[in-house]
Amino acid sequence: MPPKVLLNKCDGCKAEHEPLCEQVCPGNLMTLGSEGKAICRDLRDCWDCMSCTKVCPQGAIETRMPYQIGYHPAKLIPMMGTNRITWTCVDINGKVERFIVKNRNEEEDED
Amino acid sequence: MSNSIPQALQSVQEVQLETDILVIGGGNAGCFAAIEAKKINPDLKVTIMEKANIDRSGCLAGGMDAINTYIPEGKTPEDLVRWSRSQAGGILREDLALEISKNLNEPIEEWERWGLPIKKNEDGSYKFRGQWDIAIQGSEMKPILAEKTREMGVEIINRVVATGYLYDGEKVVGAMGFGVRDGKFYVVKAKATIMAAGGAGGIYKPYTNDGNDCHHQIWYCPFDVGSGYALGIRKGAEMTTFEMRWSAVRTKDFNGPIDTISVCYKTPMINAKGEKILAERYKEFGGDKAPRYIRASAPMEEILAGRGPIYVDTRQMTPAQIKELKTDYLNERPSFVLFLAANGQDISKEPIEVYGSDPYIVGGHTASGYWVDTDWQTTVPGLFACGDVAGGVPNKFVGGCCAEGMLSARGAIKYIAGIDSIDADLSAQIETEKARVFAPLFSDSDGVLPHWMEEKMQRIMDEYAGGVHQFYRLNEERLDNALRHIRMMREQVKYLYAKDLHELMLAHEVIDRLDVAEVLIHHLKFRRETRWPGWQTRMDYPEIDPTLDCFVNSRVNPETGEVEVFTRPYEQILPGDRMKPTL
Repeated sequence: MPPKVLLNKCDGCKAEHEPLCEQVCPGNLMTLGSEGKAICRDLRDCWDCMSCTKVCPQGAIETRMPYQIGYHPAKLIPMMGTNRITWTCVDINGKVERFIVKNRNEEEDED
Repeated sequence: MSNSIPQALQSVQEVQLETDILVIGGGNAGCFAAIEAKKINPDLKVTIMEKANIDRSGCLAGGMDAINTYIPEGKTPEDLVRWSRSQAGGILREDLALEISKNLNEPIEEWERWGLPIKKNEDGSYKFRGQWDIAIQGSEMKPILAEKTREMGVEIINRVVATGYLYDGEKVVGAMGFGVRDGKFYVVKAKATIMAAGGAGGIYKPYTNDGNDCHHQIWYCPFDVGSGYALGIRKGAEMTTFEMRWSAVRTKDFNGPIDTISVCYKTPMINAKGEKILAERYKEFGGDKAPRYIRASAPMEEILAGRGPIYVDTRQMTPAQIKELKTDYLNERPSFVLFLAANGQDISKEPIEVYGSDPYIVGGHTASGYWVDTDWQTTVPGLFACGDVAGGVPNKFVGGCCAEGMLSARGAIKYIAGIDSIDADLSAQIETEKARVFAPLFSDSDGVLPHWMEEKMQRIMDEYAGGVHQFYRLNEERLDNALRHIRMMREQVKYLYAKDLHELMLAHEVIDRLDVAEVLIHHLKFRRETRWPGWQTRMDYPEIDPTLDCFVNSRVNPETGEVEVFTRPYEQILPGDRMKPTL
């Protein structure tokens, strides 16, 4: 059941005309619920692209594996930095792995 | 959003726009087409009509870990086309493939300058992971491309779903669509129109959605639903090679990419007995370098023969390689790493299980799509096509789709040279299309929900038109059954009911998929042979028929509405055995 919105963290991106997750979701799935928090209108239609999870400024969205194809609980959390993402993965046995991945060239890389 | 839902057809607001070049679909190919047009002539108005948001739309939403075709030093475009021809079972448009190959490297080098990290060797050269593939760190490649598209001054209309072309006689002069957020009807007149709306996912039922909450656990982008083809089909554009379906070996249950593992880390595919399937059983097809359809069908044949499950054997990989492999996945389909974690799987001890995907219609991988000329103009004047929606050239992948975007823009610019303005009276077709588009909002709520029809279509196609549950196998009588049901559903789209604009989009997605499915069935029926086992396995015609060494094309007859199927000859430019990758 892909994006899980953590209600204690989501503020609905108050300053934006639409929450950022709603702005980017390629499936038009994220929207603002009546409580002023983001919701995924149809979990079944998510592609797990993690665009919403990466763009959320509050870290309020977790991508989850549908239980039908993976056990509970496992986590994969991206932290967006400048020109890199730090991914933290925790498997069902509590084993933690960390990955730091460059995702953009820096100015000086370009020449 | 509820305020934006029109309460009656008369209250639908209309937005009228005019542009020089309209690009439908701002994915990889569409953005490159728009950028190229602005580069050639910054004074041109170029508009992208995009169903989602170009920052994360299309196949690159999650990212990409490689560019599968880049021509290394010492190799030529001709070498690539020979390889691609053999991988596709000897059928491809050599004229188009050569032109794409000559323009292949330029867009990738540009993307790197715009910010896309490409992995390098110590001497600074690109790091190849296979014969033609270079490794990239592309998780943010789409936002990088979107930024450049905006910077070039392209007008972008996000969240507008294209539904139909505008016509002036035989010519296409733009397109219409509806705003999935604002509920407005958009009419965009254009001197030339470039279709770049992607291929078709979700025509078939995936095995991953059997009664659970992961309906879209598919390899291809599930939001690319074949609308690009459907708009052309409805207006009589010629389509080619739909019967060359794309299905592939993917990681089981997750339905994720496998080349990352098998190409990059040279891990063999093994059966339950530990035999290296390709090397030991498919030697005569080239073993691990066998054509892609052989690699797709091999594991499924093994399972049918009682030698499953099938794995990609990761147990020889070093810890550093496993870390790098996971990093590659984080750049392309990040949640595969979550999938492994959710199964507590240590791939140094337990190999990764693989299985066949559901079939897709996708011109970036096979040859399905619009039949185009060497300016990338379709058989309809004023309409160009590029990327997954354009036919004739298999194995384009990301790089080939970029190059094709550029080439289609050059064709469109040539075409508009003599056109001053669009003066035709389009009001009748605008009214007709608007009524068709918004109908599901105003139909009886005791009707048919888009999901129901989608699921029914996917099940019918899976069972009768060779889906993964049927091991891709086809025969005439089952195809006739599929055709009967698809036609029945096409009759019943009048009962579709949508309670909001999102469901209106879903309704049009199923309408478009049904149009694609019907054409696909006609193509599958016409090719009474088995040319690409796995992609197109005719149990009633298991051999190759030499008289079908040609393109199978189709067109909807505008008078009768019937799909007419015919052939076009193969034109060989590069000499040599078409089944051999080298001279």
